[in-house]
Amino acid sequence: MVPVGVLPARDALYEETLVEAQLNVLMQQILNGLVLGSIYALVALGYTMVYGIIGLINFAHGEVVMVGAMVTISVLTMLMGFGMSAGVLTLLFALMIACVICMLLAQGMEKFAYRPLRKAPRLTPLILAIGISIILQNAAMMIWGRGYKTFPEVIEIHPVNFLGATLTNVQLSIMVISVVIMFGLWVLVDKTKLGKAMRATAQNQEVAGLMGININRIISATFLIGAALGSIAGVMRAINYGQADAYMGLLLGLKAFSAAVLGGIGNLFGAMAGGILLGLIESLAAGYMGQVTDGFLGSNYQDIFAFMVLVLVLLVRPNGLMGERMADRA
Amino acid sequence: MNNTYLKFGLLILAFIALPFIVNAVPYLGPSWVRILGFAMLYVLLALGLNIVIGYAGLLDMGYIGFYAVGAYLYALLSSPHLSMAGLAAGVMNWPIWLIIPMAAALAGLCGVLLGAPVLKLRGDYLAIVTLGFGEIIRIFMNNLDQPVNVTNGPQGISSIAPIHIDAGAWSYAAGEAPHALFSLHSKWSLFGLQVTPVINYYLFFLLIVIFAIVMSKRLENSRIGRAWMALREDEVAAEAMGLNKRNIKLLAFGMGATFGGVSGSLFASYQGFVSPESFTLMESIMVLAMVVLGGMGSIRGVVLGALVLSVMPELFRDLVNWVQPVIMDNVTFISRDVLRNILDASTLRMLAFGIALVLVMRFRPEGLWPSGRRRAELHDKDDDPEAKTLGSSASAEASKAGRSTSTVHFHRGEAKA
Repeated sequence: MVPVGVLPARDALYEETLVEAQLNVLMQQILNGLVLGSIYALVALGYTMVYGIIGLINFAHGEVVMVGAMVTISVLTMLMGFGMSAGVLTLLFALMIACVICMLLAQGMEKFAYRPLRKAPRLTPLILAIGISIILQNAAMMIWGRGYKTFPEVIEIHPVNFLGATLTNVQLSIMVISVVIMFGLWVLVDKTKLGKAMRATAQNQEVAGLMGININRIISATFLIGAALGSIAGVMRAINYGQADAYMGLLLGLKAFSAAVLGGIGNLFGAMAGGILLGLIESLAAGYMGQVTDGFLGSNYQDIFAFMVLVLVLLVRPNGLMGERMADRA
Repeated sequence: MNNTYLKFGLLILAFIALPFIVNAVPYLGPSWVRILGFAMLYVLLALGLNIVIGYAGLLDMGYIGFYAVGAYLYALLSSPHLSMAGLAAGVMNWPIWLIIPMAAALAGLCGVLLGAPVLKLRGDYLAIVTLGFGEIIRIFMNNLDQPVNVTNGPQGISSIAPIHIDAGAWSYAAGEAPHALFSLHSKWSLFGLQVTPVINYYLFFLLIVIFAIVMSKRLENSRIGRAWMALREDEVAAEAMGLNKRNIKLLAFGMGATFGGVSGSLFASYQGFVSPESFTLMESIMVLAMVVLGGMGSIRGVVLGALVLSVMPELFRDLVNWVQPVIMDNVTFISRDVLRNILDASTLRMLAFGIALVLVMRFRPEGLWPSGRRRAELHDKDDDPEAKTLGSSASAEASKAGRSTSTVHFHRGEAKA
């Protein structure tokens, strides 16, 4: 997606079309960034909610996302092999199964690994989470192999012109669905009793417990919601790229974590804003980095922007854009 | 005391004898001596990471980056790559007594540089940021073949000279073979005992590992070592005692990285080839697993962990290679592709690492062979039922009452309060 290079100027009309073409390229990059960013945001929400409530970086969250994508692909392939017709309903059905599996996975992790270590020194659960992440990744490799799996053609993908750029209907839906989900999450956390209990637990577990909140249940619920969002994000990513593999969780998870830190970890809106911002940064940087640095840094450096953003944020504003927690409390 | 030295001496003798025995055993042979050499490099890496994680309590997940720095430094300074890329006049062929100190210094400097911005962070943030740094180093090595070909990208750098000591000029005209006075790549015999190049390397690595162990031991009981542990146990209290947090942490990063750099340069010469693939996140995690399995902060534990985790997978690989055809022939109810995925040696190896990490952290966080002090830290609340049931509010009370002060700040509730 490198913008049009320097060509000899012919006339005013030519100049105009050139500018317009460049503007369109810019628009395209921005929209791509938004699509990428909404996926990051959904994953980042899983990190930030768990961090907000028990102060643990759930390192294995990225792998949960990967499992969501892989299970969906497997289920879809199986369903369509049985002769089920392609369509949105089939996709939703597969997604539901993946969602449930991811939730069970998260629930199991929480119950058997993190819960007994809730009072342990901080490095202990973190290293444990890294271990779980490796186990999941390699188990996935055993089940699905090392290569990528193609996402079945379950919905018809066609291009849509939008603000001068070309997106697919899938990409548009990704953005819309993300916004709807985020709104729903906000309602859940801000307006419902469960949300209130979650916020109370995040503030002070002991006191929340004394107020009659079943802390274990609330923490489980947080993990479950995070896993559900993660599995949806995983499927979105898989559709967007047309494929998924057992390695996808690691980098996606790290980037989403960076997004959560960028927005201020522990803060829901922070995670949403951070995710979208990171998506934009990545997309624009990948598109224009080569031009800006005169070919020294190309789009092959795309993957390091998330880390650079992470380091910069932690240096300049450790509590992130919207966070109130200090990073060094971590 | 004499007894300790005697034991240590006997252990060293056993390790010196080991490659000769392994070399002579028919099933094992030279390829296993080679594996032992790699095991020594991992011991060195684990000892370095132990300084950062075990002593200073800083979870560094990008540790392999320093290994990479050392390896690439050695590769660039003792292979024809730079002259082939037109970046140097003659073939680089620097002697070991210049490169190893340089690798140590450069890696140490990198450690300090990468440590500086993350000093304020603690625990989990630090882990992710260092992980990011490690990945950045790798991505740069993967891509620095343009616009100027420094690292030769994913193809890596090959035909690296073996470890050698040269007299005379350091750099030779292209094509001319280096005339080494002494090289680890030569054969020699001692009392009729054939010493092959791999054994040379092994013995040289062993020497450096012994040096590293002595250094770790001396560091552990030094003023600096005690300062690291004080910071690990309670940063606020350590600062109140007048410790300069910044310098001490930077020293831990630099020191750990130095070990990594040395190990990396040895790796490059041993393997004769480096590419970014050797320095992935999984390698970092492997070294982490070695430190964690043996026991963070315990030298004997870390050495054991590194030896076990570097030799076991190789045994495992042989076992899998032996078992795989048998299973493939007899198990028919699972499709062959799936079976092949499941019986993949490297996947099984990583899976075993993951399981080791999880089980150790879940059931024995102090590691298999911990140091006494570390065990005491992790368990000093076991006999304190009040603190266990009521959690942090109780532990706050306990700390007021002067009990179990060492672990208080690690507790989640406490950190948030």
